[in-house]
Amino acid sequence: MSRPLTSAEHLARLVPGSVLATRAATRRSFLRATALTGAAVATPALLAGCGGDSGGGGGGGVSFGSNEIGDIVAEQRQAMAAGFTEASGTAVELNEVDHNTFQENINTYLQGNPDDVFSWFAGDRMRFFADQGLIGDVSSIYPIQGIAESFQEAATGNDGNQYFVPQAYYPWAVFYRKSVFAERGYAVPATYDELVALCQRMQADSLIPIAFGDADGWPAMGTFDMLNMRINGFDFHIELMQGEASWDSPEVRSVFDTWRELLPYHQPDALGRTWQEAAQTLQQRTSGMYVLGTFINEQFPDDEDDLDFFTFPEIDPAIGADAIDAPIDGFCMAADPSDEEAALAFLEYLASPEAAAAAGTTGLPIIPANSEADTSKLSALQQKSVELVSQAKSIAQFLDRDTRPDVASTVILPSLQEFIRNPDGVDSLVKDIESQARSIFEQG
Amino acid sequence: MAYETPVATTAPDAPRDGAPGPGAAARRTKRPGSGHRLGPTDRLAVIAMVVVPTVLVIGLVWLPAVASVVLSFTSWNGIGPLEADDWIGLENYRNVTTNYPPFWPAVQNNLLWLAFTFLVPTLLGILLAVLLDKELKGSRIYQTALYLPVVLSLALVGFIWQLIYSRDQGLLNEVLGTQVDWYGDQSVNIWAVLVASAWRHTGYIMLIYLAGLKGVDGSLREAAAMDGSGEVSTFFRVVLPVMRPINLVVLVIVVIESLRAFDIVWVVNRGTNGLELIATLVTQNVVGEASRIGFGSALATFMLIISSVFIALYLRVVMKEER
Repeated sequence: MSRPLTSAEHLARLVPGSVLATRAATRRSFLRATALTGAAVATPALLAGCGGDSGGGGGGGVSFGSNEIGDIVAEQRQAMAAGFTEASGTAVELNEVDHNTFQENINTYLQGNPDDVFSWFAGDRMRFFADQGLIGDVSSIYPIQGIAESFQEAATGNDGNQYFVPQAYYPWAVFYRKSVFAERGYAVPATYDELVALCQRMQADSLIPIAFGDADGWPAMGTFDMLNMRINGFDFHIELMQGEASWDSPEVRSVFDTWRELLPYHQPDALGRTWQEAAQTLQQRTSGMYVLGTFINEQFPDDEDDLDFFTFPEIDPAIGADAIDAPIDGFCMAADPSDEEAALAFLEYLASPEAAAAAGTTGLPIIPANSEADTSKLSALQQKSVELVSQAKSIAQFLDRDTRPDVASTVILPSLQEFIRNPDGVDSLVKDIESQARSIFEQG
Repeated sequence: MAYETPVATTAPDAPRDGAPGPGAAARRTKRPGSGHRLGPTDRLAVIAMVVVPTVLVIGLVWLPAVASVVLSFTSWNGIGPLEADDWIGLENYRNVTTNYPPFWPAVQNNLLWLAFTFLVPTLLGILLAVLLDKELKGSRIYQTALYLPVVLSLALVGFIWQLIYSRDQGLLNEVLGTQVDWYGDQSVNIWAVLVASAWRHTGYIMLIYLAGLKGVDGSLREAAAMDGSGEVSTFFRVVLPVMRPINLVVLVIVVIESLRAFDIVWVVNRGTNGLELIATLVTQNVVGEASRIGFGSALATFMLIISSVFIALYLRVVMKEER
């Protein structure tokens, strides 16, 4: 099933899993989703293992809290846990919790009796808990062979120590169908002007140039990130996310101004459309491009081979196009694990090429954060993702992972929707965002 | 009245005259309770019956409610103990009302929800109940069909209507040949959601009312008919007044359902873009990581105040009735 990407989406999963599965399903993927849901329902034994209070493996083992259940990611984690036990002889007690439940209860989970090792996200969502002393310092296992510096940075807390071990990632880019581009003779745009020219050509060919659906609120964050990093650069993105730069600034205004120029090429009425519905238009060849993460492939079950992407084109030559969003998933250690040595060994294993290989035995490999992992089994799309990320100079985590989660979900998300609804009200919009964001940053 | 306790009446009476007069004796036997005193077991049972629910209500309802109000004066993020500099006075309330654009639309939407739920599905439900009470042919089938949506969770209702309202693939646009963005356009989406919620609520009210109508004594109607009253006037002058308790229950249900409206909006877009409700704002702020517990509590306090108004009104009516 779809991999939840943002806190906003996790919130959306308050809806029972069965409903969401069908809701996410479109005509094509309906049966697939139903089958998967059926599988999840049919494994109550796994559900019985839920609950964050079963931490403390005891007997020298490691307890491992995973926020995936009943899907391919859960299978990958089971395979990795088994792989570690095989390699080290240490038992791993896997506690799988439904993603949405895990997300909502993370505060109480961490303050209660968390598992020794648990799945989490890089960037600010990790730093927040590191600042509160709720997760353990794992800097003793760093540097990890094969983990690039940019990944290590994303795993580093505000105090300079590492609190996270990266394992997999999925970049955001502009997706298109190779066959559509070949048929119509479109070329991949390298600059903003080329992008606009391509959009105009697509419109003339009665295609929707850029598919867009923002009912869930977070997809627009991806577009904002891309424009912001192309116009103002990666450093400004980080300053803005950290509350050091103002939203009520010429930089942010120019992002919205550029976006306003591009909006006519976006699919209209985006606010009532889910990203799956928007992806379907790309799938059905009624739209030409789509700015999204690589998880878009789940809407292309039969013809993923035709799917390709390019990085968002350069807007300002002085800034370039070498910053991308590539959220990293990985693992943290509890602040007070029952057996720290075993927990650290397990974390080190999770970041290793061996763990990536174990995950690959499930049939769907991860895109490994470890550069030494064997990538020969990856799909073409995954191979290209690896290439994109390795060429990127700066890697952002995504808006709602680089800023405070409360700012992202309660301020930015509705504000970006407001912009899409009324693109001409930028002046009061940025003032509103800044004043709300300020009130949160000052209190926290 | 307050002094008519046994102790207060017997104390001046008994010791003054050596032998209590017949009047005193008579008074004593009349005193409630003195005839059949409760045994120790019964006494314990009564105490338990009073104390246990009280403790539960205080512990599970009142304390959390009060705690929530207290937290609304803090900037607590849900982690660790409350510290001195977490106390920020009325700051959250100031921010909610002046620095939080979704708040006023949410209040407005909640009130709209209340008015709409009362006017459309409730009255429609009553009408359907009256019609079904006539024992039409196949009334069971109608009853089942109309009640079916009630069995579905609101989340599922939201999903079903998504299939109808979807802009690109939805049934409604297909049938009407339009391209209305039912769930995305701020000027229509609240109405679209209200219709979906009414679809479910109507059956609920219908069932409650139908049960009430079955309980109305048939002889009342006969008597009214004998006196020459028509169908409509019998309903308004005889049946409706007799059903006063049911009417009250329905009214309370409408208020409760409107204030706690949440799921359906959450399924559509998590309560943003024109579908803001106070309950969704509370959830957005409180649930999940890095929670704004204090801010969310301030929002919840507003919800508490609005509900209290209706609860007070309801209690007033009920108390009056008992007197």
